[in-house]
Amino acid sequence: MAVQSADDLPEEVRSWIGQERYSAKTEFPIEMGYVLTTLSATQNGNPLYWDETVAQKLTDGPITLPSMVSVWFRPHDWSPGRTEPAVALQLHFDLKDRLGLPEAVMSDNTIVFHEPIRPGDQLTTTQILYSVSAPKTTKLGIGRFWDFGVRFVNQRGELCAEERYTGFGYKRDEREGASG
Amino acid sequence: MSAELLLGEVTLGERLPILEKEVEPVTVVLGAMASRDWRPQHHDYKFATEHNGLDDIIMNTPNLAAWFERYLTDWTGPKGRLGRIKFRMRDSVYPGDTMRFVGTVTGIEKLDDEVGWVDVEIELSAGGKLCVGCEARIAIPRTAEANPWKLKGDDWKP
Repeated sequence: MAVQSADDLPEEVRSWIGQERYSAKTEFPIEMGYVLTTLSATQNGNPLYWDETVAQKLTDGPITLPSMVSVWFRPHDWSPGRTEPAVALQLHFDLKDRLGLPEAVMSDNTIVFHEPIRPGDQLTTTQILYSVSAPKTTKLGIGRFWDFGVRFVNQRGELCAEERYTGFGYKRDEREGASG
Repeated sequence: MSAELLLGEVTLGERLPILEKEVEPVTVVLGAMASRDWRPQHHDYKFATEHNGLDDIIMNTPNLAAWFERYLTDWTGPKGRLGRIKFRMRDSVYPGDTMRFVGTVTGIEKLDDEVGWVDVEIELSAGGKLCVGCEARIAIPRTAEANPWKLKGDDWKP
């Protein structure tokens, strides 16, 4: 996708566009416990995940559910030495902060799946800002749309998935009688 | 679950079997914990209703993604390999709702001699309202011997 930005963006935010930021490793090796709990939560009987013989035949051993990719980079709720809760999509929160837009919603979320993620894998994630729109007025308020993504790479350097989000950061329109 | 769906058995406009599931509080909480989503609107009724203005705790998006995947692979069988998925969130799913997944085949495409793509649009409604729109692309075999999971690198173009 072509990188685009609005002309009046703060220089700091403009410099983020197209840059890989927040490179981070998953906090623990990928494991099947969360996979089995997800299968249970969704009453999913797919034998690829329950039957080792099927997994060996189809995928040369166990893999995780593709749709679980974001699970592996969500931080622990607490870990030693941390005083503030960690957030998964730091880029999104930094954009809100630097652009002075306290509220935000995500409109679209697209995930493209590549190499399967396997138990024992260690993933590295990076966040990339692709574009920020000029100021827009919507029924939520005045703000900007931003398009950003997360890339997931395994310890062999293979691309496992790419996630794309469209977010809208805004200030509430608090004028009397404003619709919304 | 389908034994093994082959590309030649799929027709454009075909309706996938409908999946319905009654949502209980444990459906929401178990799904949120399985997806490592600790945000309180997925387990804390008081926070959800008093702080967020919701009617109850709500299903979280990553777990809904897993429900969509289950819906698709129930239809394709275990050789179905998800290539891409896109969500548009419209409304929340609450305990007491019945989730209803309705999928329609919108595209069929040959990837190579052994594997093809099927595009599916899915609507998840609950409590009488459309909650999530989803577009998915899933690879399935063209022959009984073929296996989409064996495709790697440049041969896999989702």
